[in-house]
Amino acid sequence: MPGLGTSFGRGGATTNLQDLSNADCILIEGSNMAEAHPVGFQWVMEAKRRGATVIHVDPRFTRTSAVADQHVPIRAGSDIAFLGALVNHVLSNDLDFREYVVAYTNAANVIDEDFQDTEELEGLFSGYDPEAGQYDPITWRYRPPAEMTDQERQRAEELEDEERRDQEGSRHQESHQAARSESHGSGGAPVSWKGLRDETLQHPSCVFQILKRHYARYTPEMVRDVCGIEPEQFRRVADALTRNSGRERTTAFCYAVGWTQHSVGAQMIRTASILQLLLGNIGRPGGGIMALRGHASIQGSTDIPTLFNILPGYLPMPNAAHHQSLDAWVADDEGKAGFWGNVRSYAVSLLKSYWGDAATADNDFCFDYLPRVTGDHSTYTTVKAMIEGRCKGYFVVGENPAVGSSNGKMQRLGMANLDWLVVRDLQLIESATFWKDGPEIETGELVTERIGTEVFFLPAASHVEKAGSFTQTQRMLQWRDQAVAPPGDCQSELQFYFDLGRRIRARLAGSTDERDRPLLDLAWDYPLDAEGGPEPESVLREINGTGPDGAALSAYTELRADGSTACGCWIYCGVYADEANQARRRKPHWEQDQVAAEWGWVWPANRRILYNRASAAPDGTPWSERKRYVWWDAEARRWTGADVPDFVPDRAPDFVPEEGATGPDAIGGRDPFVMQTDGKAWLFAPLGLADGPMPTHYEPAESPVRNPLYGQQSNPTRKQVRSPANPLNPSWSEVYPYVFTTYRLTEHHTAGGMSRTLPYLTELQPEPFCEVSPRLAAERGLEHLGWATIVTSRTAIEARVIVTDRLRSLRLGDRFVEQIGLPYHWGGNGITTGDSPNDLVNLTLDPNVYIQDKVGTCDIRPGRRPRGPALPAYVADYRRRAGIPEAGEET
Amino acid sequence: MGSLWGGLDDVQADAGYDADHPPRMGFFTDTSVCIGCKACEVACKEWNDVPDDGYLLTGMSYDNTQELGASTWRHVAFVEKPAVDLGMPTVGPPRDADQSAASGDAGIRWLMSSDVCKHCTHAGCLDVCPTGALFRTEFGTVVVQPDVCNGCGYCVSACPYGVIDLRKDDGRAFKCTLCYDRLKDGQTPACAQACPTESIQFGELDELRERADRRLAELHERGVDVARLYGRDPEDGVGGDGAFFLLLDEPEVYGLPPDPVVPTRTLGSVWKHVGYAAAAVAGLGVAAFSGRRR
Repeated sequence: MPGLGTSFGRGGATTNLQDLSNADCILIEGSNMAEAHPVGFQWVMEAKRRGATVIHVDPRFTRTSAVADQHVPIRAGSDIAFLGALVNHVLSNDLDFREYVVAYTNAANVIDEDFQDTEELEGLFSGYDPEAGQYDPITWRYRPPAEMTDQERQRAEELEDEERRDQEGSRHQESHQAARSESHGSGGAPVSWKGLRDETLQHPSCVFQILKRHYARYTPEMVRDVCGIEPEQFRRVADALTRNSGRERTTAFCYAVGWTQHSVGAQMIRTASILQLLLGNIGRPGGGIMALRGHASIQGSTDIPTLFNILPGYLPMPNAAHHQSLDAWVADDEGKAGFWGNVRSYAVSLLKSYWGDAATADNDFCFDYLPRVTGDHSTYTTVKAMIEGRCKGYFVVGENPAVGSSNGKMQRLGMANLDWLVVRDLQLIESATFWKDGPEIETGELVTERIGTEVFFLPAASHVEKAGSFTQTQRMLQWRDQAVAPPGDCQSELQFYFDLGRRIRARLAGSTDERDRPLLDLAWDYPLDAEGGPEPESVLREINGTGPDGAALSAYTELRADGSTACGCWIYCGVYADEANQARRRKPHWEQDQVAAEWGWVWPANRRILYNRASAAPDGTPWSERKRYVWWDAEARRWTGADVPDFVPDRAPDFVPEEGATGPDAIGGRDPFVMQTDGKAWLFAPLGLADGPMPTHYEPAESPVRNPLYGQQSNPTRKQVRSPANPLNPSWSEVYPYVFTTYRLTEHHTAGGMSRTLPYLTELQPEPFCEVSPRLAAERGLEHLGWATIVTSRTAIEARVIVTDRLRSLRLGDRFVEQIGLPYHWGGNGITTGDSPNDLVNLTLDPNVYIQDKVGTCDIRPGRRPRGPALPAYVADYRRRAGIPEAGEET
Repeated sequence: MGSLWGGLDDVQADAGYDADHPPRMGFFTDTSVCIGCKACEVACKEWNDVPDDGYLLTGMSYDNTQELGASTWRHVAFVEKPAVDLGMPTVGPPRDADQSAASGDAGIRWLMSSDVCKHCTHAGCLDVCPTGALFRTEFGTVVVQPDVCNGCGYCVSACPYGVIDLRKDDGRAFKCTLCYDRLKDGQTPACAQACPTESIQFGELDELRERADRRLAELHERGVDVARLYGRDPEDGVGGDGAFFLLLDEPEVYGLPPDPVVPTRTLGSVWKHVGYAAAAVAGLGVAAFSGRRR
């Protein structure tokens, strides 16, 4: 989550669900929290019970809106315009928490004199390369301090060198950038110097002034024209936020995939970060930004990633062009201020945990065994590679891409063009059966006999049939015990991969081929449990890390770069402290204090609220008695309080680091953002984001609206997946006049494999449907409970119609925008079946995280869709009318 | 069997339990914090092994189980209502395509409420059951014993709330047991255990009533004047409910009867009148025969 990572230094939720109950105001946007996170939502209800104001900003009136104090209908994808206007409201009315802003953020930093804003460049920032569609962020950097240290001067020269090199070969830069954005999960982007600061905030090039100018055009009237939100509604929200922020009060934000799944997703999160920093709500009880992750262990799957560009603990995956040695790999970050400066000890400890005794100082700790990235190898790029025949095999585990991924047809066409496909699941999901009953079989676009993919379906153990940990939405590891043994041939992931590794290693045994060394040298020796699989807790212990004596470590500060420690994920170090499974602690909160530190274990170091040094004023005293949390005990000369202080424990508030200090020694006494290389939270991101230092409103790739803010219509750095199967609806097209957005219902689980197959869940929401406003129903002749066909340039699907006032026609200036709601849980298999709305979605990706835009444009008509070959013909006719060139015609 | 009408301090004693019976247990369902997740419906079915109730998209908002019945023992109602009340609630599509020209608040309220058997103080179902399949437990709840039930269906028409029903493919009557088996083990009923927002609260009825009174006062203080308790009053037509509710609108809006009365309310006087009638018939007969003889 680079939105949070670049702002604060770590890419996880800054707070925890329980702490929401301490908020005076909660703004939920980009999330339907009551429906998608009903259990966590109890803390919002608790806050409400205590008198907090709850605001829900969402295209639809949902179960979250139903219990909120205010629901604000918004046009899907226009969140930056709304949040930007709130930033403007705060700045232009001097409502910011000035003392916090000056001390803890980079508001005072002066930016490079060559920096140009979207104000000057019609929606672009300086450094844009229109051919490559990407930015060179060199002009976004901090202006160097008046007197540079030797180290800083050296860095400046290096940068100039690098810039020259990049201009000579921009391909390297592309792969370099591709590998960097995600890596700010637990360590901010490395700035070269803390830079020139003007704490009066008057310098015209200081971040505060730049921000003011950048957001000046984000007015309530603009919000009405972009988002469809009336100025009066906007003012109510603005008042609630500012009234409930400051020394005495705090406001929390919650978001989920309603923000992440956009071509400007990371920047939506950035806008909320800026707002929360200006209001002084980060690092304080009842404040923060709660990133609600999509599944039980999605946080875990980025911490110990299933992503192509990072390694455990957000270490960047080495790049083929830039990282020929361990030294080169860690050079960008090593020695920078803050705990990220110790990156070498995290990296070496990871290599030690992978390759054990084989990893020595002499062989760079087996650094060369790590694979390298050469560019974008993200999921949708991989699917394109399958279609083009470049990717031959695929594991589908805990996913149902044929239903759950955007542009399902591309997914199925890709899987139909493999040599082999392994699907591990609880049920025979659509991704395992598309070759005989997928939508393309019906239309004739695929023919079973001509699909060469060999499909292996392997039954998986469910979460109650295996022990292990979840890392849930608030960075909390929670251990599950095995309740029952898995039936039949069902296996846990742990058993499966362990066994697979064992078999591959047996096949390769005795090989002298160098390329087999990484596999043969792997430390693959786990104690076995009764069923012959690895003991799950031994894996957690390996992740936690061990010291020279083989004992479990307690904290990542104990990790060393000399190979004497091993650790599978440095941020998880401490989860097995004292040789005990800390994630298995289940002491109920009513037997503990408000922080409940003995419920599970939270990374890093069991801190519940991150950056909690900021809950105290610069002098170390609490901002207020009411919001007291962590403070400086002057007598004991230590930070103390309810939570584990997120700071160097004995660093006095007035400490000023020595010149040339590195790593944690360089953290000043009033630098609460200890993972940032300058110790400050970033209102302005001089580095680390592909699409600009400040969030800027761009329209979704498919939009019925012209961007009223700038000449630049869409995110100039968005990644368009170019494929005949992924045509794009032209914006402003009368052929596709409506907006659709996809979402989940409480009653079902994502792509449905775990819910459409169960009677008790299926009966609660038995059929796919689309939700439309009464106005749209009248305009298109749609009948309640009748059928409708929804069509984009990709395909058309059918669904039953629900006409409801919960869907609101939005008035933007002199026109209406209609939004169609599509729950996406259904597919061809299960107790009840239906078309998959994700087949409608186009693939335009956020340039930072390669996540798709979940909104698009469409048409809707009454009646069922055409069957068989008539369906692609129907869709092609729409494309023709919209002037979309057919595959092959494209130049 | 004891009284049939009016307030009753000790419903278990009235049913013949010794004085050392456990306290009367019940539900307080606070609909003001219900988020409509339906976890109660699912948990109930999982624990009690209740079959599915069919796969029908009803179009009645997000309510696809429609009502309590033999195979739905917890039912979450969803009511979409204009924020400014213009009359009766709607459960189907909005009747009018017009809406205000400006977008603003969505202009509607969406009420959610998890309904359940009321475990009445005077339970009509129990009073009319001819086989003894229905009985009052030591916790004051009302439970059907499937192995005794003969499927006569008298209880169905005797319930003033329309809760109990016959399962079609089975023939017998089923309804919420307030998880009698769990209560016996000192556990919370499945629905209350699963409820994430404490909308369903389980406990001793006396304590729940106090809690409900406090919650009502709190809401009134905050200006939520529409809040009211339903089934809380021991003097109502069923002698008060063992499972009662805090509602945010008229009971009818949620599909609840505004003034439920146990149909056996007049059972005593019915029998009295039957007695009089029988005596009168007998008297007439005697008179007739004696007349003939005369």
